[in-house]
Amino acid sequence: MESRAVRIAIRIGMILVLAFLYVPLLIVVIYSFNNDIGQTWPIDSFTTKYYALAWQNPDVRVALGTSLLVASIATLLAFVLGSLAAFAVHRFHFFGRNAVSFVLVLPIALPGILTGIALNNAINNYRIPFSIWTIMIGHATFCIVVVYNNVLARLRRTAGSLIEASMDLGADGWQTFRYVTWPAIRTAVIAGMLLAFALSFDEIVVTNFTSGTQITIPKFIYDNLRQPRNRPVVNVVAVIVLLVMVIPVYIAQRLAGGDTTTRPSRALPPAAQPGVP
Amino acid sequence: MCGVPSLEADLSDVEPVPPTPAVRLEGVVKRFGDVVAVDRIDLDVREGEFFSMLGPSGSGKTTCLRMIAGFESPTAGRIALGGRYVTGLAPYEREVNTVFQDYALFPHMTVAENVGYGLMVRKVPRADRRRQVADALEMVRLPEFGERRPAQLSGGQRQRVALARALVMRPKVLLLDEPLGALDLKLRQAMQIELKEIQEEVSLTFIYVTHDQEEALTMSDRLAVFNRGRIEQVGSPAEVYERPATGFVAGFVGVSNVLEGEAAAAVAGDPHPFTIRPEKIEMHELDAAVDGDSCSATGHVREVVYLGATTRYIVELDAGASLVVMQQNLATSSMEALQVRGKAVRLIWRRSNNRPVEAPAGALEGSMDQEEAQAS
Repeated sequence: MESRAVRIAIRIGMILVLAFLYVPLLIVVIYSFNNDIGQTWPIDSFTTKYYALAWQNPDVRVALGTSLLVASIATLLAFVLGSLAAFAVHRFHFFGRNAVSFVLVLPIALPGILTGIALNNAINNYRIPFSIWTIMIGHATFCIVVVYNNVLARLRRTAGSLIEASMDLGADGWQTFRYVTWPAIRTAVIAGMLLAFALSFDEIVVTNFTSGTQITIPKFIYDNLRQPRNRPVVNVVAVIVLLVMVIPVYIAQRLAGGDTTTRPSRALPPAAQPGVP
Repeated sequence: MCGVPSLEADLSDVEPVPPTPAVRLEGVVKRFGDVVAVDRIDLDVREGEFFSMLGPSGSGKTTCLRMIAGFESPTAGRIALGGRYVTGLAPYEREVNTVFQDYALFPHMTVAENVGYGLMVRKVPRADRRRQVADALEMVRLPEFGERRPAQLSGGQRQRVALARALVMRPKVLLLDEPLGALDLKLRQAMQIELKEIQEEVSLTFIYVTHDQEEALTMSDRLAVFNRGRIEQVGSPAEVYERPATGFVAGFVGVSNVLEGEAAAAVAGDPHPFTIRPEKIEMHELDAAVDGDSCSATGHVREVVYLGATTRYIVELDAGASLVVMQQNLATSSMEALQVRGKAVRLIWRRSNNRPVEAPAGALEGSMDQEEAQAS
């Protein structure tokens, strides 16, 4: 009976946590269909007219274009630098390897405001004009980590004997990469890129410190949140952000989870060694 | 050297020049940091033979194999394949192929793609490739399995695919790294016979790494016994079993008794260590007659292990030390065998079965618990 009580308690706890996480999101989605400009409960009538309005709003369009472009380029940068770094750290034992690894992972642990201030100082210092490019570089700092971590984890889980087997069968370094290594890490790379894209798309802190006059989607939301007139449009934009975030994260989870079933096969059962006297 | 001897005359009575060895190791050393995994090994493996490298974990046998394959480069020394030095060459520049302990099948490819991988890399035309892959799968008795994925195969089947993948490359030497280690006993014994048959069929040089002495004895033409990065003995299974060069070999290859010091002096009249195989010793009543060609020792039976066809006795000698004795159960039942426990007996064996060995028996200990890092 006790275990039953515990089970129920755990279930209630889980429901509360999930409600805490998801009810606010749900409310935003519901409000985006609210006909009334004032945000009052209960909602009298529903409409989709603000979706049309948001779509026609030139500010929203520009912000969306900027955000998509920034996220795409930051993700590409992260793909190139993150996966190269993962290969280097996995493959070679060089002086300062752990330091490099630490420095790469640091930006995700560091508060965004520190990264922001540091980048802002650097950009000012070197008199680089604030532009969409400075935002991309700012975002790349934390996007690299995501790709790097994903790829490195997969490389570590892939049996080293696969690479050796490929070499043994006559494949040189490039062929081994193309036919064995890349297929093994492909999903991890894509998962990392999708997460990086999602991270960049809703980033506001680093963006504020590295942008000039450019408006990204999160900046648009922040700027218009206080204006009651734009409230409905903001709600719609928030739902768009939600979708752009959730879809890649979901796919990334599926891709990264796909290889938990491939166990490293090096381990031998203990029964395999009866011959040792 | 003096004058020019007639060529025909020389060829008739001089031993023929040995053919180039398939694999030659010359003073090969491999260190990992402070650990010496392989310590100055010289070895010739002959063309077409089934050669085993036998030894406990961490004895350097796998490291040797990996240096022949090209996955590790020796710290010192040279390696030749078919008379050509390959010491610095990459694995893909050597005409050897490996069957890995974990099989290392590519999980994202079908069985046929796995087996055809080396041919594809070598740019063999598709039609040829398909035919050779089919032949190779036929040879390992998996002709219908081409479209399956490695994950859909049993351990034994994966092992055969790994073998087919290496054989299809027609290497000069095939390296096998404990390929049967992950299989259960029945399957392992069946695969031992099959491997040997395949080796004879393709008449390739096989180098086979194992820690299973029985496996090495049944399958090999010759074997090398490794211990602590060195080779203790190289020879045919019969030579290694009947005339172990060291106490370690005697203990590792089959069960053996090693007597040394006082016990050896009391029994054989000489303190130099020697070994005697358990099956060579006869157990008699205390008053049994001993002739001049035999050794004899008295003692008490401490332990009796009934094994069905045979019984193993452990006899505590009056001169110190103990001997394992193996007797055929020609007329003994389990009841009779077990009643012998505690009895005073006389052990008799032919003096000619004593094998003097170099290293003291103490070498047996310690070799097992060496770190296994470089072995796996």
